[in-house]
Amino acid sequence: MASLKQRSIDVYNWFERRLGLGAPTIEAAEHEVPSNTSSWWYVFGSAATVILLLQIVTGILLALVYAPTASQAWGSLEFLDHSVKLGWFLRAMHGWGSDFMVAIVLIHLAQVFLFGAYKFPRELTWIVGVFLLLLTLGMAFTGQVLRFDQDAYWGLGIGASIVSRVPFVGGPLVDLMLGGPIIAGPTLSRFFALHVFVIPGILLGLVGLHLWMVLRLGINDWPMPGRLVSKKTYIQEYHDLAKKTGIPFVPDAAWKDAIFAAAILLAIMACAVWFGPFGPTGQPDPTIIETAPKPDFAFLWIYAVLAYLPPSLETPVLFIAPILVIGAMLLLPLVSGEGEKHWSRRPVAVLSIAVIAVTLGAFTRLGMYTPWSPVMNAWTSDPIPALDLKDRTPLEREGALVLQNKQCRNCHSIGGAGGMRGPALDTIASRMTEDQIIRQVLQGGGNMPAYGNALNPSETTALVHFLLTLRGNLSPAIDASRKMVLSSEQSTPPTSPRPSLPDGR
Amino acid sequence: MNPIEPLPPADGPGTAEPANSQSAGHSRRVFLFKLSLVLNGAVGIVLAIPILGYLLGPALKKSSNEDSWIKLGPLSDFPEGETRLVNFRNPVTTSWDGQTGDIPCWVRHISGNSFQVFAINCAHLGCPVRWFAQSKLFLCPCHGGAYYEDGSRASGPPERGLFVYTYRISAGALMISAGKMPTLAAHNCTKPGLTQIQANATLTAAGTAESNSGEDAQPRNTPWPA
Repeated sequence: MASLKQRSIDVYNWFERRLGLGAPTIEAAEHEVPSNTSSWWYVFGSAATVILLLQIVTGILLALVYAPTASQAWGSLEFLDHSVKLGWFLRAMHGWGSDFMVAIVLIHLAQVFLFGAYKFPRELTWIVGVFLLLLTLGMAFTGQVLRFDQDAYWGLGIGASIVSRVPFVGGPLVDLMLGGPIIAGPTLSRFFALHVFVIPGILLGLVGLHLWMVLRLGINDWPMPGRLVSKKTYIQEYHDLAKKTGIPFVPDAAWKDAIFAAAILLAIMACAVWFGPFGPTGQPDPTIIETAPKPDFAFLWIYAVLAYLPPSLETPVLFIAPILVIGAMLLLPLVSGEGEKHWSRRPVAVLSIAVIAVTLGAFTRLGMYTPWSPVMNAWTSDPIPALDLKDRTPLEREGALVLQNKQCRNCHSIGGAGGMRGPALDTIASRMTEDQIIRQVLQGGGNMPAYGNALNPSETTALVHFLLTLRGNLSPAIDASRKMVLSSEQSTPPTSPRPSLPDGR
Repeated sequence: MNPIEPLPPADGPGTAEPANSQSAGHSRRVFLFKLSLVLNGAVGIVLAIPILGYLLGPALKKSSNEDSWIKLGPLSDFPEGETRLVNFRNPVTTSWDGQTGDIPCWVRHISGNSFQVFAINCAHLGCPVRWFAQSKLFLCPCHGGAYYEDGSRASGPPERGLFVYTYRISAGALMISAGKMPTLAAHNCTKPGLTQIQANATLTAAGTAESNSGEDAQPRNTPWPA
């Protein structure tokens, strides 16, 4: 037994004499960290690293089968899902791993921001981290393209359309992005190269730098209200703290990282088993136009912002806002590298995180149900509620038919069914008079197309008469100025108000 | 890196200790090292030229080369007053493009020889627009852009009307000039060909750059509207 142990030590020493990596590795693992950094708040960075390793492993495994050509990619994904043993699981792990990666990286960013970890001497660690965030999002986008389905195809179209708006060089940039005149074989090939070689290569290099700086500068000590960071004294203070309260990182602090990483891996596996892989949705065939393309979860908020920006602001915002946001993130540690670290003394920081989180959350939620998009089949699938047709004149019922046939329902809901682009029509006659409805229908405006060319006079009359019945239990809208005109025309003021609407009485 | 730089100053590390003969050898080796840096820099530049040329190839290609005339079908395929979806194979493809090489477009036969051929891509962000004949609108599923039957903007986020392919009628068939995904930039880059100058002038004279009114029976090339 002893000889076996001795032999193992001999083998280790044989390698160690030649490699010389064991001693420094053990030294790095056991380096002293302030005991207050052994916290469940300090586990997100290591979890992100573990997910990165998972993504590399699952990605390589998928690449064993995936065919990165425009004509075969979709078929090879279907093959992975249905014909390769556990192929669906590997795809699901890689897809869910990507969502978890983005989420954990964002949480890590929020945590180090709120803990003031970007301040002296860890400015560069933060700056590298900003690039790691961008690369992570780059992996998420290029990965969505490799899932070469309808969403990927039209997502590339959206990407190309955004790039085409770059002043002066937009055209050549689109060609560079697509690798040819249209979204086709060369486009997928270059996104494959980006996703598999270029971005992971840079990502791994920067993760190495990021970790090296964490080891070299020490993990950020737990912030205390009133303990200010000063470039003159901080290094000495940190060393004193590490000497006084120091515990070896492995095992005294690292066990929390390890347990959290295991929990995250389990969560990814659970999501993969339970929810399965993402798509692929329909084939990447542009001639199938019955599709409503949507980006992956991480980009839904951008999709929503693009729906709400006024047309004239869109191009400036698209190119100026990212520069400002990324620039602010990169400059943050250089501008405020000293001072208070604790969140309770940094209200602006807490408020910023809250506002950004609520904004991203709200836009993501909107992106999930896209209220701005017309519901393309509502005109044939959503009937008029029977109650709205009860006791109506033939003309009004004809108007209900016009409403359906002219696809008004694609943008307007009645009885909760239909599009949400325009206002619901359930009580429209309580808000608009006959004249206003006619004007709105024929001339459009306020984000509604004009239907003057699509409706003949009798259709318009029928439609407006039906719309005037839609007011629930509310009283009809009244044109106040018209009443005044009428009353001033008559020598004797009318005794009862005259509604301008023909429907009631 | 600078080849004209004089020999390293005497205060450089390691230059003080060696004896005279070694010092001479050292400065020679330093010079040779710098020379090797310059040489590698030059080789790097020579190497970078083909790499950049390869990388930027797609962007440096003249876009006019990519458009060519494609037959969409005999005129009888397009009844007057209707707008129909037509697919064509992109003239520039690779053999591994698969379905992505098939491009749809909307053909509107106004009357006689007057047509409008719209790109499928919404002018906002390129999603596929759908034609609704009853309300005479093109609607985009992504962000709700809407266009009238003549392709002009009706509502929503697009800044402009639908992209239009140049068309011509030859031997009883409708042909369009296509080959490149229409984007705002491609539109800006496209220089109207000789055949288009007249059409441009007509449009400018008419004072409307947006829609093809469809009154003239002459086959003509409709430029992409401004």
